[in-house]
Amino acid sequence: MDRVSAQLPEAVVERYVDRTGGAWAVVHADALPKVAAFLKNDPELEFKLFGSIDAVDRLHLAENDPRFEVVYFLYSLKRGEHVRLKVRVSENAPVVPTLSSLYRGANWWERLTYDFYGIRFEGHPDLRRILLYEEFQGYPLRKDYALRDRQPLIPERPIKDIFRGPGTSGLS
Amino acid sequence: MADHGKPEDHAPNPDTDAYAHESELESHLQTKRMVINMGPSHPATHGTVRLKVELEGETIVKIDPEIGFLHRGFQKSCENVTWTQCLPYTDRLNYLSAMMNNFGFLNAVEKLIGLEIPERAKYIRVIGSEIHRLTDHLTCVGATGLEMGGFAPFLLAMEFRELLHDRTAELTGARLTTSFGRVGGINRDLPEGWAEKVRKSLDRGEELIHEMDALLTRNRIFVDRTKGTGVINAEDAIDFGYTGPALRACGVDYDIRKARPYWVYDRFQFDVPVGEHGDNYDRYLVRIEEMRQSIRILRQALDTIPAGPIIVDDWRIALPPKPEVYGTIEGVMSHFKLVMEGIQVPPGEVYDSTEASNGELGWYIVSDGRGRPYKVHVRAPGFPVLAAVPHIIEGKMLADLIPTFDTINMIGGEVEQ
Repeated sequence: MDRVSAQLPEAVVERYVDRTGGAWAVVHADALPKVAAFLKNDPELEFKLFGSIDAVDRLHLAENDPRFEVVYFLYSLKRGEHVRLKVRVSENAPVVPTLSSLYRGANWWERLTYDFYGIRFEGHPDLRRILLYEEFQGYPLRKDYALRDRQPLIPERPIKDIFRGPGTSGLS
Repeated sequence: MADHGKPEDHAPNPDTDAYAHESELESHLQTKRMVINMGPSHPATHGTVRLKVELEGETIVKIDPEIGFLHRGFQKSCENVTWTQCLPYTDRLNYLSAMMNNFGFLNAVEKLIGLEIPERAKYIRVIGSEIHRLTDHLTCVGATGLEMGGFAPFLLAMEFRELLHDRTAELTGARLTTSFGRVGGINRDLPEGWAEKVRKSLDRGEELIHEMDALLTRNRIFVDRTKGTGVINAEDAIDFGYTGPALRACGVDYDIRKARPYWVYDRFQFDVPVGEHGDNYDRYLVRIEEMRQSIRILRQALDTIPAGPIIVDDWRIALPPKPEVYGTIEGVMSHFKLVMEGIQVPPGEVYDSTEASNGELGWYIVSDGRGRPYKVHVRAPGFPVLAAVPHIIEGKMLADLIPTFDTINMIGGEVEQ
């Protein structure tokens, strides 16, 4: 992290260490490919193992502007440590540059994040839904997507006396 | 073309010439591009996944795995129940090694709370994890043998797996989805005489693994179909995010149990098997050797397990003992608060990973300070492994797809969250 800050000072918005000792860097969305390329190619860092990508919808958190945080986990086999990156994007323009040309593993994780949160990855070669079907409306893991909302592709037969899903409020 | 003494310049007349069709027979098969749908539940694809395969003859030109048939909304479900109620959901991510998912999730939660679990609980977690690593690998190796045409290795694998499932049932009360962990420790202690039973099962298991090894490793059919197929080199594997046996088969020595030891893994003697070529055969060999190492760890853990409590003595985290609940008002209150509101995990975030049977199982957890998780992200080891299948298999034969899909051991539950 120190090296990233030294090398690309304008890219880093914020750095902090969470309560469990994990070091985080919040970077500008535009600078993300540059930071990732530096992390991957620097001979002393070599964060080559692609971990995962996900997003956090901060709608109900105290600090919720901008609304989405896209989180990246990379691992360095050489140094034996994880690096955690964050990019904050707003609700109106949830666009992040893609990493799929840098890490091939990013391709599917970006599709997953797009599928669940509607965050678009600019420059992604094949950005379509991965787990849900094409006709699905909305993004199910956003906090404002109702828990019991159902969009069956084939009409469901009515089933009585079955308690559906978690929670305590009974049938929808 | 073979020489049949025909004059080369004479164009054969298909109606009169007896050899007229021969050139057609021997020429390259004229084919159209054909699209085949494998799945959603094909016997060779473990888990429900649909593969749209474009074939040119027998060669795969393009493959598009379509997942999501099992999608159950794991994250959303977890975000709407208490921390403890997430445990059954985590079990069902990988139904072959439920305890590993369970303990991995708990590990992350405990890290977020800043909780140290009792020594004995750590040992029991190692024992449970290794038993489920064995059952997972046995299913994978057995199914690989079966789909290459060998039924006997599958039966041997199932015999050992049944023995282990019986031991699991004695320990946890369930065979597959155990929900055995609790925040701060585990659910219950080892039953009386259980360790001796496990040792006996392991003795038999070693024989079974040896037999399986003898039947498969030098089997002509098995070797021909797995050696040199489904190859991925180390650089690509790292780029895709491979971990676990699939990465180690490429020659990369990365095992979280060694790299960042958790629980009490640093106290045991075991080796990390590493392959060379990154093909299906190496992935199979790595799994066979890993099973032997798991047995080794299990024996050491059973020999050295210390006495003591199995869950932390903190009523804000673990349910109070029943006599306290029935006899004291404090006990009733803590019990009630834990059941109704859940464990109050302080706000913050954590990323933690453990070595599950198929690789790095990572958890990114965000808490907003209430009794329910705000965000649970699981980095399933099967996801990147499946993502690389098009890269591995395009340009290869259709028959190579089967062993590749076997040995990468993609688990529908965790990939499709």
